[in-house]
Amino acid sequence: MTKAYADLPALYGRLTGDEKHDWAAASTLDVLWVLYDRVLRVDPAHPDDPGRDRFLLSKGHGPMAFYSVLAAKGFIEESTLDDWLSFGSVLGYHPDRTLVPGVEIGSGSLGHGLPIGLGQAIGLTAGQRVFVLLGDGELDEGSNHEAIAVAGRRGQANLTAVVVDNGSATHGWPGGIAARFAVEGWATATVDGRDHAALERALTTDHPGAPLAVVAEIEKG
Amino acid sequence: MREEFVRVTTEAIEQDERVALVIAAISADRFTSALARHPDRVVDVGIREQAMVGVAAGLALTGHRAVVHTYVPFLIERPYEQVKLDFGHQGVHPVLVSIGASYDEPSTGRTHQAPADVALVDALPGYTIHVPGHAAEVEPLLRAALASDEPVYLRLSQRQNSAPMPATGGLVPVRHGSLGVVVAVGPVLDQVLAATEGLDVAVLYTATARPFDAAGLRAAVDSAAPNVVVVEPYLRDTSAGVVAAALRDLPHRQLGLGVRRDAEVHAYGTVEEHDAVHGLDPAGIREAVRGFLGA
Repeated sequence: MTKAYADLPALYGRLTGDEKHDWAAASTLDVLWVLYDRVLRVDPAHPDDPGRDRFLLSKGHGPMAFYSVLAAKGFIEESTLDDWLSFGSVLGYHPDRTLVPGVEIGSGSLGHGLPIGLGQAIGLTAGQRVFVLLGDGELDEGSNHEAIAVAGRRGQANLTAVVVDNGSATHGWPGGIAARFAVEGWATATVDGRDHAALERALTTDHPGAPLAVVAEIEKG
Repeated sequence: MREEFVRVTTEAIEQDERVALVIAAISADRFTSALARHPDRVVDVGIREQAMVGVAAGLALTGHRAVVHTYVPFLIERPYEQVKLDFGHQGVHPVLVSIGASYDEPSTGRTHQAPADVALVDALPGYTIHVPGHAAEVEPLLRAALASDEPVYLRLSQRQNSAPMPATGGLVPVRHGSLGVVVAVGPVLDQVLAATEGLDVAVLYTATARPFDAAGLRAAVDSAAPNVVVVEPYLRDTSAGVVAAALRDLPHRQLGLGVRRDAEVHAYGTVEEHDAVHGLDPAGIREAVRGFLGA
């Protein structure tokens, strides 16, 4: 049985032991929920369906919100959360795609998701879409900028990058994050990263002939 | 060898829609037709080696047999963490194809030399590593690699032996002898044969460095004194560990010849001059083998 957004704090609490405070600070929680609840064409009963959309959590460090959403949507058993990080658990502090159904990439080392997602977007030609979630700090990694340029120039319209911006980049992004994508030919939108309706609208807006970057702004917790 | 790689890969792209190719500017002029005809699986990312590996991994994750190709330092060393994580860690595997082996082009200097490539790839789990010694050995090795889903590194060189050898994956006996066994890997066979002319040593050849043919080495050592010399056209002693493992239960001696580890050679010039510096010219190999065997 799948759960509602209101159930996430309890699931989150099974990972952190504190359902009152930690979950509210998770910068990715709302974006993940909107993606899995309203945007992604994925089916927990068939997590390997070739026709599914791909969601890549590139910012794999501290994946509690991701695991909570996967449990809420039925990709993993809720009880899996209780012994995470133990030797026999499939859930670690960095996710591993070979262990968890519905996890498309093993991540944790920053800057890998967008190039891989671009390759998937190129390789998927039956209408599947690829969504990659990055952090604004992760955007420091040069590998992202290689992929941003290539995807923009290819007009890779089935690729969406979601950048959760909570102002953690060491040297910042003068002129804004969206501008980095726009100059390379991406469609862009910058929205309140807690506003579900705005996130859904941005993530489902048509962007013919261009990849899409959605910058989800979050107040630094 | 590069022309054979281009020919066979271009054919494979036409014949098998699983096959994908990702390059980073290098060799793009040789794949113009494939790039134009198959933009969904033949990609030139420009001079962006991290994206090259990541994009190839994405293609592998969507069911493609991804071939990744560029000059060796930019294929193995620069995006090494991408190779480690974007492929193996994700449970998908590439065919890595390099050109510019060791000091193939001495005039380009150290920036274009990566003699540690085989050692680095060998440090990742599961790789088959081919070091063909002749252009005619490329096709069977590449076709087998494309037909599998396993991790493969195909190391192409501008240097080759005067005649092709069977690319069986194992050690091929070339010459018999009793004082010891000399293993020639890939394009050093001609130098090894010249160096050991008239010496009472067995010579074996292989175009496949990994997995190392331990049984073949053991059989050769059973027919000669247990003195093993491995001559490799890349970092010296790269195969010392696999030789030791193959002969673990047998008292033996071994000598590794290859590109020097102790110093970077700041020099241009010719491949023959670099062979001499590294002791890989026939005179250098002969002197080392005779000293080792007391022959």
